[in-house]
Amino acid sequence: MPDMSAIANPQQRQFNPYAENGGTILAVAGADFTVIAGDTRQSEGYSIQTRYASKVFRLTDRAVLAVNGFAADGNMFVKKVKQRLEWYRHNHAKDMPLRSIARLIQTMLYAQRFFPYYVYNILGGIEEDGTGAVYSFDPVGSYEREACRAAGAAQSLLQPFLDNQIYFKNQTAARGYSHPAHLPLPDVLSIVIDSFTSATERHIEVGDGLEMYIVMAKGQTLPDAVTNLLPEELPSTGDGERVFVLKRDLKKD
Amino acid sequence: MSTAIHLPRSGFDFSNANRNAFLEGKGVKMPKATSTGTTIVGCLFKDGIVLGADTRATAGPIVADKNCEKIHYISESIRCCGAGTAADTEFVTALISSNIELHALSTGRKPRVVTAMTMLKQRLFQYQGHIGAALVLGGVDATGAHLFTIHPHGSTDKLPYVTMGSGSLAAMAVFESGWRPSLEREQALQLVVAAISAGIFNDLGSGSNVDACVITATHTEMLRNYVMPNVRVEKERKYGFRRGTTAWTRENVRDMVVSEESRPIATAASGEAMDTS
Repeated sequence: MPDMSAIANPQQRQFNPYAENGGTILAVAGADFTVIAGDTRQSEGYSIQTRYASKVFRLTDRAVLAVNGFAADGNMFVKKVKQRLEWYRHNHAKDMPLRSIARLIQTMLYAQRFFPYYVYNILGGIEEDGTGAVYSFDPVGSYEREACRAAGAAQSLLQPFLDNQIYFKNQTAARGYSHPAHLPLPDVLSIVIDSFTSATERHIEVGDGLEMYIVMAKGQTLPDAVTNLLPEELPSTGDGERVFVLKRDLKKD
Repeated sequence: MSTAIHLPRSGFDFSNANRNAFLEGKGVKMPKATSTGTTIVGCLFKDGIVLGADTRATAGPIVADKNCEKIHYISESIRCCGAGTAADTEFVTALISSNIELHALSTGRKPRVVTAMTMLKQRLFQYQGHIGAALVLGGVDATGAHLFTIHPHGSTDKLPYVTMGSGSLAAMAVFESGWRPSLEREQALQLVVAAISAGIFNDLGSGSNVDACVITATHTEMLRNYVMPNVRVEKERKYGFRRGTTAWTRENVRDMVVSEESRPIATAASGEAMDTS
């Protein structure tokens, strides 16, 4: 007798097109620079897919984008943003300003409102007025300009730490003193490094390697303390903003 | 009327089971148990058994303990590695260790590995997998060296080299390529270290250090943190806070020493003082 249960009972099938690939990203804006960082581990479940997959990408001489979440969507999204920025260059003979890139990303994300890119974006760089800026997005395009933001697997570990160390939340200043609005670059870099070594200690999906992009405003040079760390300078098109990359090893367990 | 003495009955208390099932059905989040998403191994060599374990305990994706102990004491020459729900591995091994000691006292003989294995599997089977313990049991007794795996539902295997936990495939790959009969002690120990290291570096549920335990007929050597390949790097900054950093709304200083003064009161009639002695 044929199996009639398939007709008798309703059947449900499902295909999940998304995956969660772990890792964490982070960005901090200074007065005339921005640091955008991400670890390089890509994982699924308890397995490491690769120990070196970049989550941070340079878009222009003054804009760097970090993507975290579903790696396939992230890579595709960065590819499409880069394409739109190239079209802009062809049409206007200049790079798109940072705040315009932020708005472009919003429209591109919201275009996929009912089949979203499963990614959290953090855009960092230098605004037209020469100040450091960080823009953070949710997967469907809601965004905000901030001074610092962590996203991804260890967001809940890092954001409170940044709130305390960058915004000085829950720290009362000494009598007659006030907290600085922006920290100098060497301080920001050491906070970023400590953030990632600590997240590596306590989150299983964070580790292997750390990539830190530093965007310097026009006419600004790296402090000696940072030059001594031997960052790699990415080739730039003009004599405006400059982008540097610093790499560090993280624990591999 | 006699007073009823209510002593708690031995064993598990299930009185909250129905309530919790009801709450869970209503969508209440139940607390998460610490799991040792683990790499544990054991291997036979010429003179006995080498057991190995990593030292990471996790709660979801968060590392709960960076240096926990997963090689549990059963008797002097029987030890048991535990993977799965941390509390279950600790309690089930502690209980069987206790019963094995009593058994040894009543029989006057050294306990056998099969005895511990049978007690563990019977207990786990009784609870139909609800005691989430996946074990590697190894030791040396009067009948020789024995190595078992025990699954949470109570099934067992007797093999010359075994692995369990989330890193079991990474560790087994090392054993399959490196294990051969009658290894020397040092070779077996290095193989176990390689197997656990494979789990530590390739399985996200495993990490930190390598624990090992070498059991022979005459001696048991517990090698706690035998290899430490994941020492934390020094931090870039110091995170001390200036005194007075924390805001306060109210200050209240209280004298902790209570002082009291007492005087004898003279009685009006006789003028004699009250006897205060």
